[in-house]
Amino acid sequence: MSLLEIKDFAVHYGGVKAVKNVNLHVDSGELVCLIGANGAGKTTTLKAICGLVPAAQGTVMFDGAPIAGMATHDIARRGLALVPEGRGIFSRMTVLENLEMGAYARTDRPGIQADLSKVLELFPRLAERRLQKAGTLSGGEQQMLAMGRALMSRPKLLLLDEPSMGLAPILVEKIFETIRNVAAEGVVVLLIEQNAKRALEISQRGYVMESGSITLAGPSSDLLNDPMVRKSYLGA
Amino acid sequence: MDIFLQQVINGLVLGSVYALVALGYTMVYGILELINFAHGEITMVGAMVSLAVVSALAGSGVDMPGVMIVLTGVLTAIPVCMGLGYSIERVAYRPLRHAPRLAPLITAIGISIVLQNAAMLIWGRQYIPFPPVLQITRYDIGGATITNLQIAIIVLSACAMIGLVFLVNKTRLGRAMRATAQSPQVAGLMGVNINSIISATFVIGSGLAAIAGVMVSAYYGLAHYYMGFMLGLKAFSAAVLGGIGNLTGAMLGGLLLGVIESLGAGYIGDLTGGFLGSHYQDVFAFFVLILVLVFRPSGLLGERVVDRA
Ligand SMILES: Nc1ncnc2c1ncn2[C@@H]1O[C@H](COP(=O)(O)OP(=O)(O)OP(=O)(O)O)[C@@H](O)[C@H]1O
Ligand SMILES: [Mg+2]
Repeated sequence: MSLLEIKDFAVHYGGVKAVKNVNLHVDSGELVCLIGANGAGKTTTLKAICGLVPAAQGTVMFDGAPIAGMATHDIARRGLALVPEGRGIFSRMTVLENLEMGAYARTDRPGIQADLSKVLELFPRLAERRLQKAGTLSGGEQQMLAMGRALMSRPKLLLLDEPSMGLAPILVEKIFETIRNVAAEGVVVLLIEQNAKRALEISQRGYVMESGSITLAGPSSDLLNDPMVRKSYLGA
Repeated sequence: MDIFLQQVINGLVLGSVYALVALGYTMVYGILELINFAHGEITMVGAMVSLAVVSALAGSGVDMPGVMIVLTGVLTAIPVCMGLGYSIERVAYRPLRHAPRLAPLITAIGISIVLQNAAMLIWGRQYIPFPPVLQITRYDIGGATITNLQIAIIVLSACAMIGLVFLVNKTRLGRAMRATAQSPQVAGLMGVNINSIISATFVIGSGLAAIAGVMVSAYYGLAHYYMGFMLGLKAFSAAVLGGIGNLTGAMLGGLLLGVIESLGAGYIGDLTGGFLGSHYQDVFAFFVLILVLVFRPSGLLGERVVDRA
């Protein structure tokens, strides 16, 4: 059974049909990517999954339960974490407080402490700066904070919206490496990326979105060799 | 007598009350960007309820020390005001959460008129005296006097404010409140039930308003259904002075406004050669508000307000 299964999904902004007729699933143990051009509807899809914008149509099954129409905080408490586009860190709170917010819905103190140590180990930069206001971090550090904060909720599924956006190439590499490590530790990941090449390289399956619809889906290795994908997204 | 020191003391007492009320405005604004104009009326209800309890107890002849009677009044007023603040948000503001910003503002004014009139119907149009249950003692300090009631007001407000600062900065609820103020959407993604946090904000602010209401009526020795209007407007000015949305700013603004107003009242006669008397003291609050709005619209501690298109 899939961890996340979206069927016949549509999202409208007023009269604009931003997402239409989307079918997508993510299974346990998978790292799946969703690629597409600017304005294709990727962010909208993720927001609608999390209940940040209402779906116009369709069903979303997460961990065996229908979650469409549920409040964002209830969806989050079921184990779905989103690292939003633009990171969404709490800039006036310290790094540590941001991480604590990630564990807001949890009550298992020892577990939280253990995960905090793990996250700080994964991102040593955050450990150095844990008492600093998050707004003073660099873009790359903020992205790491956003990911660390999401991991603090011990999610079943991690949704990442363009984690490499606006980062220097060396940091982009570091972020992709981190995503692969996180996935290797058993967190299921749905990754949205403009950097289609790297996203397809680290994922097992991929979806291609165009003008609000999924136009292509399959194993990432196949997509990497697909002439259409190569032409439109890999610049080959 | 040292007029300056005396006015500073009076100003700090007044300012403590303004600060407590200003916190309610600033907390709600910080999360909803809404000016809860009904907040002054919540203070009035706190004053009226406690006064009713104090009068009833004092009139019944029970053998209770005055302090205990007033304390009973406070402890009744706090939950009543908390319930009122909670209900106002649920009934009047929540349905308008996504409406244009003018709609909840007009509703706030409407609620405040409703509360004034309800209070007038229940308690009448006249000034109601606060029964003299408290033994007032005066102490001399450096040529000025301070009463035990004044000391109690300053100390109790300080305790309430310290408690609030602790809550906001050190507890899980406080963290969720700050997160919600910065980004409700992202807070929701962390599992924060934003509606509960907003309710908690109204409840806490209303509790502080209740305490302030009791303090003013005990201090001036009377209460009136319309008292919340001017008090609310001044506390709002204090919040703007400090930088609306900023807790430290509200406390600083409240104390500062109290002192400015008090000094102004003490010296306005001399300054204008007796032309204007101390009953013009209200002018100072609004003069300060205008100056702030002209020269530093974001307030003393506020961040620069980015113009929303
Ligand atoms: N709040 C909104 N109101 C109206 N239209 C919107 C809104 N947000 C997005 N859109 C429109 O919906 C479409 C999909 O946008 P979306 O942000 O989901 O794209 P995206 O694939 O994430 O793009 P990008 O790669 O630039 O992040 C676009 O045409 C966009 O203009
Ligand atoms: Mg996007």
